[in-house]
Amino acid sequence: MTIQRREFVAALSAAGIVGTAGCSSAGGGSGGSGGDGGTGGNETSDGGSASEAVGVAGETLTLTTTTSTYDTGLLDAIHTDFEEMYGVEVDAVAQGTGAALETARNGDSDIVMVHARGLEDEFLRNGYGVNRRDLMFNDFVIVGPESDPAGIQGTSSATEALTTIADAGASFVSRGDNSGTHTKELNLWEAAGTDPGGDWYQETGSGMGEALNIATQQGAYTLSDRGTYISQRSEIDLTILVQGPIEDGPETLANPYGVMAVNPGVHEDANYDLAMAYIGWITSPSVQASISEYRVDGEQLFFPRAVSEDPDFQQYVPEGWSGDSDDE
Amino acid sequence: MSLAAIPQLAPALLDLPFREGYVWSIVYVSLYVSVTAVAVSTLVSVPVAVALGFAEFPGKGFVKSVINTGMGFPSVVVGLVVLFAVSNQGPLGSLELIFTREAMIMSQFVLATPPITAISLAAVDGVDDGVRDAARALGGTRIDAALVVLKEARYGIATAVLAGFGRAVSEVGSVLIVGGNITGPDGVSKTRTLTTAIQLEARQGQYETAMILGAVLVALVLTVNAVVVRFGDGGVNA
Repeated sequence: MTIQRREFVAALSAAGIVGTAGCSSAGGGSGGSGGDGGTGGNETSDGGSASEAVGVAGETLTLTTTTSTYDTGLLDAIHTDFEEMYGVEVDAVAQGTGAALETARNGDSDIVMVHARGLEDEFLRNGYGVNRRDLMFNDFVIVGPESDPAGIQGTSSATEALTTIADAGASFVSRGDNSGTHTKELNLWEAAGTDPGGDWYQETGSGMGEALNIATQQGAYTLSDRGTYISQRSEIDLTILVQGPIEDGPETLANPYGVMAVNPGVHEDANYDLAMAYIGWITSPSVQASISEYRVDGEQLFFPRAVSEDPDFQQYVPEGWSGDSDDE
Repeated sequence: MSLAAIPQLAPALLDLPFREGYVWSIVYVSLYVSVTAVAVSTLVSVPVAVALGFAEFPGKGFVKSVINTGMGFPSVVVGLVVLFAVSNQGPLGSLELIFTREAMIMSQFVLATPPITAISLAAVDGVDDGVRDAARALGGTRIDAALVVLKEARYGIATAVLAGFGRAVSEVGSVLIVGGNITGPDGVSKTRTLTTAIQLEARQGQYETAMILGAVLVALVLTVNAVVVRFGDGGVNA
């Protein structure tokens, strides 16, 4: 961090100038957000005399993301650092993977952080996203009532567990909201060769926390990301019956998060500079360390994945894409 | 809720896992957005109601039906329409209003205007025709007559404004879509209102905190109503 101090001070003083300028100009161009931007700058304006303004200071980065990154508190915990470093604001909009990508597709956000590789790849192939990086991972777990009516405890395969639940006709709660978790669930059903439906299968169209509550009340099974399950464990009556890869469960339950900038070639007013600054920041060793240090109830929720000695070219391109192939 | 519940609620409010200033900032955003939207709605609705009340033309009944139908607009649909308008690709995209309080004010304006217009119109219609005729007979202009009618109808109009405020401050569908429910990492709300904060808590299964925020919302609406009613009484005694 010592290396960054000079840039930090420069950013602070630049933010101060921008903040003061924002206040002196009547009204504030972008309405409500203009006033807030000024406040952030003023607080840091005693950082010293500034030479010239940094390009991005005072701007706002709109990040659309999934509910799991936001609701676990991770983003709030790390974003202050980014905001102070660059003198900017991050507007984190928690929408679920499908909606987050759709918002970005419409040009209403600058960057997306989601967890459904298939949907991310489609987004990349359609030209909406650029500069994808692997960010972090955790895993999915299959949770259910302790009594385990379908008897899936100890099953080593996620698809086998789902087939067992379907065969037993035991209640299963689905997110049904085109989120990353819902996408994962549908992929698992498909891999299991089972078409879920019937009285036992309920699409709730709700967030993970709500789905866990509904599953508790109905004694049902559900697929949950480990982070949300841990952060809510004390209030629900469900136990993990099939573990994910973090606890030596099947690799099919892996839950990787990726981050992508919105392509400024498609949406020219996307804040590409700041999006790339964000990607650079969040994939840096120090922030990756902060991610792994983030705890809820004493448990680590996210495992950093961006920093590695070994090259992993697949993180930059749609899965299975090869430079030799002509599929583009 | 009975009064006896309040003492039990008060410590719960203090013990909440909210950061300092969080609740106040969402109360502020709720009030800022709803009061602004209702103020603008009132400025539009009341003149429209008076004009409609004074005018006689074929199809007036149809216009009234349209306004009354507007009272039933689902807020989610209004949110979607405003989203299309302010989205980067929409007609107002260049203004960059998406995920701002201004966009939320727009959607609440659309929601609040029909009830304010409809109830004001009923109030204006309810004023005895003799009042208007007397104003004109005493040499008043049409504007004078309108002002006299407005004064007579002020209770109904206050009710209209309160109904509009109630609709605006309590709806969650449109402000969630166009506002994005954004709070900074410091816990200061940018576009999070009480209703979207409640939705966020419910999404996470934190039903108790959601209920407490709900109680704050009810208290807020009660306070605003009390203030407006008090204001109205002052008008009578003056």
